[in-house]
Amino acid sequence: MHIPDGFLSAPVWLGLDAAGVAAVGYLARRAQLELEEARVPLLGVMGAFVFAAQMINFPVGMGTSGHLLGAALLAITLGPAAASIVMTAILAIQAFVFQDGGVLALGANVLNMAVLGVLAGYLPYRLWGAGRLRKAAIFLGGAFSVLVGAILAIVELLLSGVSMPPSILGVSLVLFAITAALEGAITLAVVEGVEALNAGFVRQPSRARSSAVGILALAAVLLAALGILFASAHPDGLEKLAENLGLASRARTLFSTPLTDYRLPFLESSWFSKASAGLVGLALIYGVCLLVGRLLSRRRSA
Amino acid sequence: MAAPLIEVRDLRFRYEDGTLALDGVDFQLFPGETVALFGPNGSGKTTFVHHLNGLLSGEGFVSVCGLKVEKKNLPLVRRKVGLVFQDSDEQLFMPTVLEDVAFGPLNLGLAPEEALAAARRALEQVGMGELIEKAPYHLSAGEKRRVALAGVLAMQPEILVLDEPTTFLDPPGRRDLLELLRRLPQAKIVVTHDTSFARALATRALFFQKGKIVLQGPLEQIIQRFRWDPLAEPGAPAVLA
Amino acid sequence: MHHLVLERWSRAHSVLHARDPRAKILLLLAFLIAVATTPRISLASVLCYACVLLVGISLGRLPAGAILARAAVVLPFSATFALLSILAGDRERALALLVKSYFSALAVLLLAAVTPLPKLLRGLESLGAPRILTLVVQFLYRYLFVISEQAQHMRLAALCRGLGSRARGRGRMGFQAAAGAVAVLFARSYARAQGIHRAMLARGFQGRTELLSAPHIGTVDGLFLFFGLVLLLGLRLFLEVFR
Repeated sequence: MHIPDGFLSAPVWLGLDAAGVAAVGYLARRAQLELEEARVPLLGVMGAFVFAAQMINFPVGMGTSGHLLGAALLAITLGPAAASIVMTAILAIQAFVFQDGGVLALGANVLNMAVLGVLAGYLPYRLWGAGRLRKAAIFLGGAFSVLVGAILAIVELLLSGVSMPPSILGVSLVLFAITAALEGAITLAVVEGVEALNAGFVRQPSRARSSAVGILALAAVLLAALGILFASAHPDGLEKLAENLGLASRARTLFSTPLTDYRLPFLESSWFSKASAGLVGLALIYGVCLLVGRLLSRRRSA
Repeated sequence: MAAPLIEVRDLRFRYEDGTLALDGVDFQLFPGETVALFGPNGSGKTTFVHHLNGLLSGEGFVSVCGLKVEKKNLPLVRRKVGLVFQDSDEQLFMPTVLEDVAFGPLNLGLAPEEALAAARRALEQVGMGELIEKAPYHLSAGEKRRVALAGVLAMQPEILVLDEPTTFLDPPGRRDLLELLRRLPQAKIVVTHDTSFARALATRALFFQKGKIVLQGPLEQIIQRFRWDPLAEPGAPAVLA
Repeated sequence: MHHLVLERWSRAHSVLHARDPRAKILLLLAFLIAVATTPRISLASVLCYACVLLVGISLGRLPAGAILARAAVVLPFSATFALLSILAGDRERALALLVKSYFSALAVLLLAAVTPLPKLLRGLESLGAPRILTLVVQFLYRYLFVISEQAQHMRLAALCRGLGSRARGRGRMGFQAAAGAVAVLFARSYARAQGIHRAMLARGFQGRTELLSAPHIGTVDGLFLFFGLVLLLGLRLFLEVFR
């Protein structure tokens, strides 16, 4: 989800721009040192490929169709660092040429989709891409790349004080889950198609360099994000959180208009608490899989 | 007879998957001459010319202007041999025409102002002086081809190698390119299926087949021998061993 | 492809087109920050910012209607959240979301419409953007249209062969066919990239892309930047005082 300008509060976009600049700067410097300038044509062309590929419709029945988003595909074929650079380039073009996503918000969008989204897309493949669970791993990669980007975007909006009642939140997450599943399926189909053309296109997961720091950062951010989402089930809690952190912009008027009495029925229902409990559970399972996977791979290489 | 500009002896090359692409090729190019390379698709013509500027490296002996084509000589070799690729879109990779033509001179170490001047001169030479600020995808196939040629001329090569230069060109485009090439003093190698184009430019020809040169000789003789002119004898197939 | 319209606009000539991209980028950032930090969207703020943008459009000799319409792509997204804000009782935020997102998008579009992308990238590089990133964007932009056209052809060819028809079972086949098409596009793009790399090597590329030097920032550009910043700062302070 591309966040436009005007949504994020100053501390949020400033902080994320700083983090985004640091992350991209690090990736670029590393690429420069590794003489990756020879790969620039490839990275640029594959970025153009992603744009073009988004024009191809994948029908899923009932008259609907989806299209490839590409973060996981790029990560699996080019490696996560290169994929992040390509995704950043794509986001930059989208912001400047197509006004899709803001310029001040570029830091946030880059972190959500080009850095953490790519990492999340690559992680399952890195852990399970070499074994029997390969197809599931690729599918999960596609799904996670979408989910992570979307969840982080929602959290950043919530932290900035943008209203999202729990029911809307729930609906959005369901929609994101569907998109995520679609991306997983499309990524899997395309990776298999690409491999059929030339097995060399797809990287071997085990030979990838250790991205331990990146993985831990991703896990930490995800858990924090999910925690915040869970807290948003209790609007007062989130307001307090945002206020305590000084993040919500001062312009937000609190419950003073006649519309305040408008209450959504799901606000107090157990449905959402169940849903959020499920999300937290998911995060825990994810974390456990992560640890188990790393333990196993360490054992295998020992 | 002057010393050959290009000397190739027993060149062999295999692709990574093991396919034999070149099976012992001998070749010489002399100053001022234009040689046409004929042969069916996949016979090794493009693979061969990619050895002349070191893009590929196989077994055997390849030398350009007296320099052996090996890693340490590559910068100089690539200056001496100007290769115009079949796909102009792959060759014009910079945002504007001027920047693209200046790419070569900049890589040779010229200062930006000198590189720009060299680029402008080369673009004038090919008749594209008016379109220097254009983006490549706004150009027609003929214009792209000329800009690609300018990009190569800006490096002042001694040998021009053109890989299927008339692809996608309309008749005026072909005529313009022909006249342009005739004015250029460099020795030329033209890989082409276009026999009439070859007739207008080249005196000598080579016929490639399955990675070998099966025959060399005067242009017309080669064309007749292999019936390579599609319009000459309607119904009679080309002669391939 | 609608990025071609932008291409055309950006290669025209005007007072703004002639300005150094670095100055324009810095002014854009100043404008965006001013808008983003405006605490309350009042009539005064709307008028001030709208004026700046309209003057910009006029100086750039751009078609106002087309520009205003193109920037409106951001509105559906903003309108949704604005609605949610209104339902939650926060009318001010609703207005802020709509106005800020639209004006910001307009400002970015204005920059893009008076600065060809390659020049914009050189400008960003001078301001500190990593070279490898700007090069990737440059190559992406160069081949965006070419490869998109290829994809269009593939789509058209597939449609001609009956893809997308309502025949039973087509849905699933359609999915696989699409995956196959994307895979082929991937392979051709990869091959193209290798061809480009060969073409670079053939013209002496040795690992570092040499670029033409960026022009020095002239007096006119300096004054443009200075007065532009003063104006924006003044507006912002004015709006701070007169909420």
